[in-house]
Amino acid sequence: MATDHVSVTIEKQGLQSLIDILAKRGYRVVGPTLRDQAIVYDDIARVDELPAGWTDEQDGGTYRLQRRDDGALFGYTVGPHSWKRFLHPPIQQLWKAARSADAATVEATPAEPERFALFGVRACELHAIAIQDKVFLHGPYVDSHYKARRDNAFIVAVNCGKAGGTCFCVSMNTGPRVSNGYDLALTELVEGGKHRFVVEAGSDKGRDVLAGLPKQPASSGDLDAAKKVTEKTAASMGRSMKADDVRELLARNLEHKRWDEVAERCLSCANCTMVCPTCFCVSVEEASDLAGVESSRSRRWDSCFTMDYSYVHGGSVRSTTRARYRQWMTHKLSTWWDQFGTSGCVGCGRCITWCPVGIDITEEVAAIRSSEPQ
Amino acid sequence: MAAKKPRLAVWKFASCDGCQLSLLDCEDELLAVAGAVDIAYFPEATRGEISGKYDVSLVEGSVTTAHDAERILDVRARSRVVITIGACATAGGIQALKNFADVKEFTAAVYAHPEYIHTLATSTAISAHIKVDFELRGCPINKMQLVEVVSAFVAGRKPVTPAHSVCIECKLKNNVCVMVAHAKPCLGPVTHAGCGALCPSYDRGCYGCFGPMETPNTVSLSRQMAHLGMSRADLKRVYSTFNVNAEEFRKERERHG
Repeated sequence: MATDHVSVTIEKQGLQSLIDILAKRGYRVVGPTLRDQAIVYDDIARVDELPAGWTDEQDGGTYRLQRRDDGALFGYTVGPHSWKRFLHPPIQQLWKAARSADAATVEATPAEPERFALFGVRACELHAIAIQDKVFLHGPYVDSHYKARRDNAFIVAVNCGKAGGTCFCVSMNTGPRVSNGYDLALTELVEGGKHRFVVEAGSDKGRDVLAGLPKQPASSGDLDAAKKVTEKTAASMGRSMKADDVRELLARNLEHKRWDEVAERCLSCANCTMVCPTCFCVSVEEASDLAGVESSRSRRWDSCFTMDYSYVHGGSVRSTTRARYRQWMTHKLSTWWDQFGTSGCVGCGRCITWCPVGIDITEEVAAIRSSEPQ
Repeated sequence: MAAKKPRLAVWKFASCDGCQLSLLDCEDELLAVAGAVDIAYFPEATRGEISGKYDVSLVEGSVTTAHDAERILDVRARSRVVITIGACATAGGIQALKNFADVKEFTAAVYAHPEYIHTLATSTAISAHIKVDFELRGCPINKMQLVEVVSAFVAGRKPVTPAHSVCIECKLKNNVCVMVAHAKPCLGPVTHAGCGALCPSYDRGCYGCFGPMETPNTVSLSRQMAHLGMSRADLKRVYSTFNVNAEEFRKERERHG
């Protein structure tokens, strides 16, 4: 990231100009909007499609929208969707094949050139994208589908003005202030009847877009106010997890009785893995037509909570829910380090909120920790 | 490719015909189905006598009479592959509610001459009577899954009909969870996928039409649904539908009185 970053302020209308410029440059702008009593990520064309004056209350297994007493556009935390839906979509065809009388042809499905502008990406989510970059781009095999979407993406980040009930980014050192990985970063200031956004550019692409916006230079007072926004958020996290030694803690507690206790509650429904912004696992499925002429192979989001996931000849390796929950949590917090050199958890809290029975990863870690001599 | 087309038969036992109709409802795919297999016996759609052997039999319905308990043995003997379709055939259907009641009392209440009614005390899945090669879940079945099963049979591969929860289908579809966000009781977490998360897509909780998923934790889900306001009677009722006789749902039903 360039250190000589530009900081300016824009008005609410400036955000509309930003959306317009991005759309004009050929981006499909996707951002937070209201649907089905939740704040989801979907296509947006106008600022008034953002959830103005709404916030969310989150706890284990529960998510409720509430009104705010101001018109903040980003006064909530992360919802049921994550950006992986756009960069690593739920279903992706890989190739198709056709048979004629004397030949068979196989054709790889080309990477889609879709250009996403991800509008309203939080700090934890930038870290999640960086983790998926490692998985899909930085290993020995580069995933062409992910790469095409990722290379083309424009990221408008937002510094969080509110911590959610299940947020613990401070523990995971992933927020609430963005540090890098964005093209533009916004901090929303709603005070004294004024509604403005401090904007910082984090890339050349970002600076280029910023140049076209109606803006004012940010004063030192504006920058102070922006800093205070995230300081306040950091001080009000809904959850926390002592994370500095969790890798070793779990590795030495693989036979802990807590795994039996959590398995008694766990539905093995896979919701936690579906909503997790770093979970990347897929299943590969074949389809063939009735005439036996055409077939195709697709990948689809899968989960380590399904029996098929660990199926090898003769049966599933992880046949119990205890084994599957332990696999998920130890991978996320412990063996992810061995595999990718980072934690697989960014502290977004989605797995807690969207677990139908409210299983809380921070509580599970704390329970295992508390049983050890301090 | 010029090989002889496999002979297909469609059989009906105790059922509403809805699953067989899914085959006719295929419309766009029906010509392809007819092109891929020889539909040799399908009374719902065409005239045709039972004759000889069939490469694949689709069986709808449950066994509720002594006559049907005999007839299913004949179906097995005539069929290379038996595929049961729908909740009646795979679990006993809604009519399996009689397994928990006094059938004599029912027939006396319903029929003027109950002495003419010859019925078993239970409604049972086809697999309780014969070896079944593949079970396709649902009340009714999903027609695209039926086409998938027939396509897989023709190609000699395993059908793609995952046994995981309905929740995964919701997430693939972008649905907001009705249980977490709207506090609606939902059987999705314990129910076998296949419907494409139909009810949650219309803001309703899942009714469990596809029966238990591969590893259902009904006890934990019931605890949460009680927390959301369901009474013991409500909980008993949600498991007492089309798949009431599927083992995991039956046991959970029994826990609630």
